[in-house]
Amino acid sequence: MLKRFILRALAFLLISSFVVLNAKETIKIGAIVAATGPASFLGDPELKTLQHYVAKINAQGGVNGQQIELIHYDTGANPKKAVTFTKRLINQDEVVAIIGPSTTGETMAIIKFVEKVGIPLMSMAGSVAIIDPVKKYVFKIAATDRMACKKVMQDMNKRNLTNLALISGSGGFGKSMRKQCKEVAPSFGVKIVADETYGKKDSDMTSQLLKIKNNKDVQVVLNPGFGQGPAIVTKNYVQLKIKHPLYQSHGVASKKFIEIAGSAAEGVRVVAPPVVVADKLDDSVAIKKVALAYKNEYEKAFNSQVSSFGGHAYDALHVIVDAIKRANSTEPSKIRDAIEKTQGFEGVDGIVNLSATDHLGLDTETGMIMLEIKNGDWTIVK
Amino acid sequence: MIELFGYLLSGVTVGFIYTLVGLGFTVIYNSSGIINFSQGEFVMAGGMSTVFLIYAGLPLGVAFVLAILITSMIGIVLYKLISFSRDSSQISLIILTLGFAIFLRGLAQIIFDKQLHTMPSFVGEGAFEIFETTLSYQALLIMVVASAIVISLYLFFQKTKTGQAMVAASNNVDAAKLMGINIKKILILNFAISAVIASIGGILLTPITSTSYEVGIMLGLKGFCAAIIGGLGTPFGAVAGGLLLGILESLVAGYISSEYKDAVAFVVLLAILFFMPGGIFGNLKSQRV
Repeated sequence: MLKRFILRALAFLLISSFVVLNAKETIKIGAIVAATGPASFLGDPELKTLQHYVAKINAQGGVNGQQIELIHYDTGANPKKAVTFTKRLINQDEVVAIIGPSTTGETMAIIKFVEKVGIPLMSMAGSVAIIDPVKKYVFKIAATDRMACKKVMQDMNKRNLTNLALISGSGGFGKSMRKQCKEVAPSFGVKIVADETYGKKDSDMTSQLLKIKNNKDVQVVLNPGFGQGPAIVTKNYVQLKIKHPLYQSHGVASKKFIEIAGSAAEGVRVVAPPVVVADKLDDSVAIKKVALAYKNEYEKAFNSQVSSFGGHAYDALHVIVDAIKRANSTEPSKIRDAIEKTQGFEGVDGIVNLSATDHLGLDTETGMIMLEIKNGDWTIVK
Repeated sequence: MIELFGYLLSGVTVGFIYTLVGLGFTVIYNSSGIINFSQGEFVMAGGMSTVFLIYAGLPLGVAFVLAILITSMIGIVLYKLISFSRDSSQISLIILTLGFAIFLRGLAQIIFDKQLHTMPSFVGEGAFEIFETTLSYQALLIMVVASAIVISLYLFFQKTKTGQAMVAASNNVDAAKLMGINIKKILILNFAISAVIASIGGILLTPITSTSYEVGIMLGLKGFCAAIIGGLGTPFGAVAGGLLLGILESLVAGYISSEYKDAVAFVVLLAILFFMPGGIFGNLKSQRV
């Protein structure tokens, strides 16, 4: 009886010590992504990228000799779930850093929790509100919609176009970009002369476009939005024979858009992160190597077209890994300090230079480029 | 004036799309008194399976037929679920259809993917020019097919024995049984017909709007509004409701603001429910509710 008890106790001790040892060996990084639901076009490539590259980093020996353990939760783009999962990552899983969430609403909802506990957060969402004003533990990787607006308006300035008509999707993406574009317009001398919207599941935008067509002031049209809406706008635009140049946002910067809009997409200009055309970038562009490697690896691993969103996940993960290496520690506050000192990091999205006053660190020049669709393919507008 | 014409034409195009979806609600309601909230997902299933069959290398025609068959099988599965349900009160059956819709959406995410898909228009990408606006061939095709379906449904319900048996079954199940009508057969047929109409809608829509696993949510809602506004139970009701909804939306987007466009559907729905609870073409059955 006693013997059996001792044996059991020994076994228990052995197992638990093994578990503890094992737990010490991995670096736990949390991820909150919208892998399903209305923002799955963001979260799905993000999660795939994270899983793929965590496995790759581990196969190459991990970070500072430790393996990375990715603990991820799917929010379905619901901010309430994002909050629940953040608490779980902090309290239960005890992660050292969090990547995500995919959308701005979710990010804003969890900021106060990571700030309170002091866990570095690397958001992959678009809005500039996340890092402006700067919060101690909150960083952001993706180019903002404000940058996209600036890039479009720079291009409009080059073509001497000033009177802009907006036709925006009514989803979060369209709304946010519409707001940013209206804010930056005056600094480029751009006048918004029409401001239309459409529901993201609408099947015909002829009414809105007719209104724009009959507005004599309009010189150029911009369509902030993602999903099927912009493709329908583009088709209707051609059917109505509207002659003004049409700009689309980075929300449709994937081959899928050209496929769905078909021949109507010819001549449309799209503001996009460089990864979309990684193979066409000049060799002088510093990030070409990283972007092209990512594009090829993603397309080979998942047999689907690369999108800019997966690139955010690549950058988020590698900035954190890089910081952990430099900090030579898995202490969240030390990782945070190291992240803030990131300089000249070559990511898929651009060169990242972070500082105490800038928690995004991308500039408009490397973060966004202007593309034109010609013969069913992207060409870079110089 | 030309503006107004453009808005009306756009409204009619969208209206016929709503009609195609609304018709499916009508057919199932006509025989079972159930509102089938997975109707929008039937539309999605029709479009998505066609697209993926085409990807698999099948010729267009074969893909259409197979997609329609697949969707009608889904309709029959839904009927089987309903007939297995122990609680046969209408409310619980309606909730069952809602659950089935969510299930189909999830299934589509797994079997297909979460991307948008489209297929070439089978009548060509071109458009007729009418005054300063245009009507694409595909939109015209939708109008023709929707009208043909409406007329054949009307003839079916009014002139054929099977059709009349369906109407009888919905008016009074027990009496219909006593008359020797095989209720089970009638209902299976009905769910299949409704799914077939939905899948035709899904196939016709895809070249215009493209399709994805979640395309059914909004289409289902708008189609439901169209059916209720026109009066459930009559194919002409779905046409009237669909067109009214489409034209109103287009006019609001054109003359007031596109911001309020989507609210129109629901405001009209409420107004109809308050003042004409049976819908525009409301018939006897509405009184039963």
